[in-house]
Amino acid sequence: MSLYAAIVAGGIVGSLMRWLVALVLPSVAGGFPWPTLFANVTGCVLIGFYSALTGPDGRLFVDPRTRQFVLTGICGGYTTFSGFSIEMLRFLQASDSLQAAVYLAVSVTSWLAAVWLGDIVARRLNHRGGL
Amino acid sequence: MTLGAIFGTPLRFYVGRVVSARVGETFPWGTLVVNVSGCLIMGVVAAYATRHGLSGRSDYWLLLATGFLGSYTTVSSFALQTLALARESETRFAAGYIALSVGLCLGAVALGFAGGMR
Repeated sequence: MSLYAAIVAGGIVGSLMRWLVALVLPSVAGGFPWPTLFANVTGCVLIGFYSALTGPDGRLFVDPRTRQFVLTGICGGYTTFSGFSIEMLRFLQASDSLQAAVYLAVSVTSWLAAVWLGDIVARRLNHRGGL
Repeated sequence: MTLGAIFGTPLRFYVGRVVSARVGETFPWGTLVVNVSGCLIMGVVAAYATRHGLSGRSDYWLLLATGFLGSYTTVSSFALQTLALARESETRFAAGYIALSVGLCLGAVALGFAGGMR
């Protein structure tokens, strides 16, 4: 399987996961966009974790295609910056600047905290003996 | 939705590679270009949906917004690159990357929407 085929396959999986999250989590029009926030935050945990686990110092060795299947494909397809941006625009158009400010602050902070968390957990695993 | 992802995901990888090959990889310009361009198109797509009364459950929205643009743009790579910049003690670059990404993406989606409504 070529690199591009692996990325496309991962992108399909990631996008379907994002779509499933939107089906399962309740979202009201004009309300807080929980599905996008959930997908983006969990996707950031996953990319931080998998990237460190399979990186140069990682304990898990995978070939480049498998790595891109997860990082570029699944994580990239699962998370979305355009979805976040259009939801921000909707809040601003509705003159709901409070929700816009909260959504912006919560999103950026939690994305970065999530990727850091995933990275820390994987680094701990990398440095543990056994297995 | 799947059809959109089949095009959006490899396009993100391709555009990211082309941009970083041209301008270098010290700063994540590739992902920035991907996210900003995706947000600009998202604005246009949303304006078209508004003008034609298409809902978030329409095939149009699932194909272009959820499928194509959803998989084209990425938050996970953005966060991972920001962490890497912060780790390399490039704190100013990390802060600049966050500010540029958020600022340009929100500007792009607003611009695309305004253009699409004209």
